[in-house]
Amino acid sequence: MSFDNAYEAIAETHPEGDARWAFGTGFDDPLSGVDTTLPAGVDTGDLAAYCLMLGDDALILSQRLTEWVTCAHELEDEVALANIALDLLGQARMLLSRAGSVEGLGRDEDALAYFRSEPEFRNVRLVELPGGDFGRTIAALLVSSTWRLALLNRLVSSTDPVLAAIAAKAVKEVTYHREYAARWAVRLGDGTEYSAERLRSGFADVLPLVDELFTGHAVERRLAASGVAVDSTELREEFDGVLAQVAEQALLRLPEVNRVGSVGGLAGRDGVHTEHLGYLLAEMQSLARSDPEATW
Amino acid sequence: MSTEEATITDEERLHQRFESTVEHDQRVEPRDWMPEGYRKTLVRQIAQHAHSEIIGMQPEGNWLTRAPSLRRKAILLAKVQDEAGHGLYLYSAAETLGVERSDLTEKLVARRQKYSSIFNYPALTFADIGVIGWLVDGAAIVNQVPLCRCSYGPYARAMIRICKEESFHQRQGYELLLTMMHGSEQQRRDVQDAVDRWWWPSLMMFGPPDGDSPNTQQSMAWGIKRHTNDQLRQKFVDMTVPQAEVLGVTLPDSGLSYNAEREHYEFSEPDWEEFHRVLAGEGPCNTQRVERRRAAHEGGSWVREAAAAHAAKQAERGRAAV
Repeated sequence: MSFDNAYEAIAETHPEGDARWAFGTGFDDPLSGVDTTLPAGVDTGDLAAYCLMLGDDALILSQRLTEWVTCAHELEDEVALANIALDLLGQARMLLSRAGSVEGLGRDEDALAYFRSEPEFRNVRLVELPGGDFGRTIAALLVSSTWRLALLNRLVSSTDPVLAAIAAKAVKEVTYHREYAARWAVRLGDGTEYSAERLRSGFADVLPLVDELFTGHAVERRLAASGVAVDSTELREEFDGVLAQVAEQALLRLPEVNRVGSVGGLAGRDGVHTEHLGYLLAEMQSLARSDPEATW
Repeated sequence: MSTEEATITDEERLHQRFESTVEHDQRVEPRDWMPEGYRKTLVRQIAQHAHSEIIGMQPEGNWLTRAPSLRRKAILLAKVQDEAGHGLYLYSAAETLGVERSDLTEKLVARRQKYSSIFNYPALTFADIGVIGWLVDGAAIVNQVPLCRCSYGPYARAMIRICKEESFHQRQGYELLLTMMHGSEQQRRDVQDAVDRWWWPSLMMFGPPDGDSPNTQQSMAWGIKRHTNDQLRQKFVDMTVPQAEVLGVTLPDSGLSYNAEREHYEFSEPDWEEFHRVLAGEGPCNTQRVERRRAAHEGGSWVREAAAAHAAKQAERGRAAV
């Protein structure tokens, strides 16, 4: 068995069009191959805003999870967290691309990710919480993936073919994310006294921001009426049930917390965020904004 | 015949079988007898290789949260994730030789085992991401392709998978540089600057010159190594110079020229004093790299303890239920 001929393969100087590119890197359009017809009568402003909401949730959480790479407690979890971050990044790319094409202002996924400022982001505040604490990361991931999976399971029958296609793919991914978070919640809760306390403290940081997930924004409600979107107020029961089940397995009594309020009735979906988001965006957008002439 | 004599004869026979396996280019497997020196050399090399994958995640990891497009972010994240996976295969290969991953990690963070010196250099601009893919992964592939035929089976098999993924990474790096070279003036400057900084450390990745590499002969006799450091270095230069021309960058070596008679490129000697300084722990990022790994490992001990405690409780509950 000889692999010496790999030298020649590597020495080729024209990588373009080569079939051996790694999966997922050889295409530029995240929506390639998806039917992008608009459903009849849909308000494009609403649809674009809705895609941004779900896309920004995924993008910001992905960015937070990416911070774990090279810092996790075990290599297997480094791989798992990177994998979850990649899945969410993939979902964000598709949703932001859809938002850009629907609004018709010529903005692609990168224009939306890198050249919007804080108040233009539409994610819930929960995903902005700082990382660096595995107990908090697991609490945030369990809450966000439980909510997102409940939503995606309904979104697969959206009247928008793009949202339905994105949801169909994402359901499989987020099922794994929820399972990963639930398994770790049980390990931490049942593990040592110290780990149980870290998990409890993680939930104490996350739970105050949970209600925002179920507020039901006007955009959602309008789109839900025509079968495009999911009314998030409907998700609460399923969410509470899953969380209670995991908490029971994890021997965790969910802490009583004060809710984090809104600002004059406005929160993440309206572009009113926590103070954390500005720093996250400053880091994420710094290079893209430093040289507007650049092509990447 | 005494028992002692019989033992010696048995060991000689085992030794002969080992020599014959290596000589006939067959694979030595974990349960086969092997000389202690062979085992130790392999443990050292595979551990060093695994550590290099893990420490090597850091320079690229430095740009994960700042990647300038979502596509580049996805590519980089997938690449860094692959490197963690490579580390896992390699630690598993090392474990077949009777060592434990946790011990190897302890040795890494205590600086008692090494990793490739190249990762002690900083990744300063996003062009470095492309150059690491093109030159560093390129050099790694030249080093590693012959290891796919290494005499130790588990290492050889791990290398086949790793080499395939590394070659994707190299192409992705090169494609990033091609894109940047067609971009803005600043991007072209960044690419050239990154090439200037990474070229010599990349040549050093093949190790010291043959005359200064005491372990090479034994490793070649054992079928662990197939080519000398200088042969591999030459192969890398011959492969890379035409790629640099297509890219439109200048390699920072005034002594670089094609020798038509030898059908090879001539090139200058890297600064071996710098190589030895970095090896001795005085590179730009040695402390930073090991400290980060140590902090992650120690900072995460409570999570590993929780997982172990939960597993023990589960096992206990299982027994109680029977």
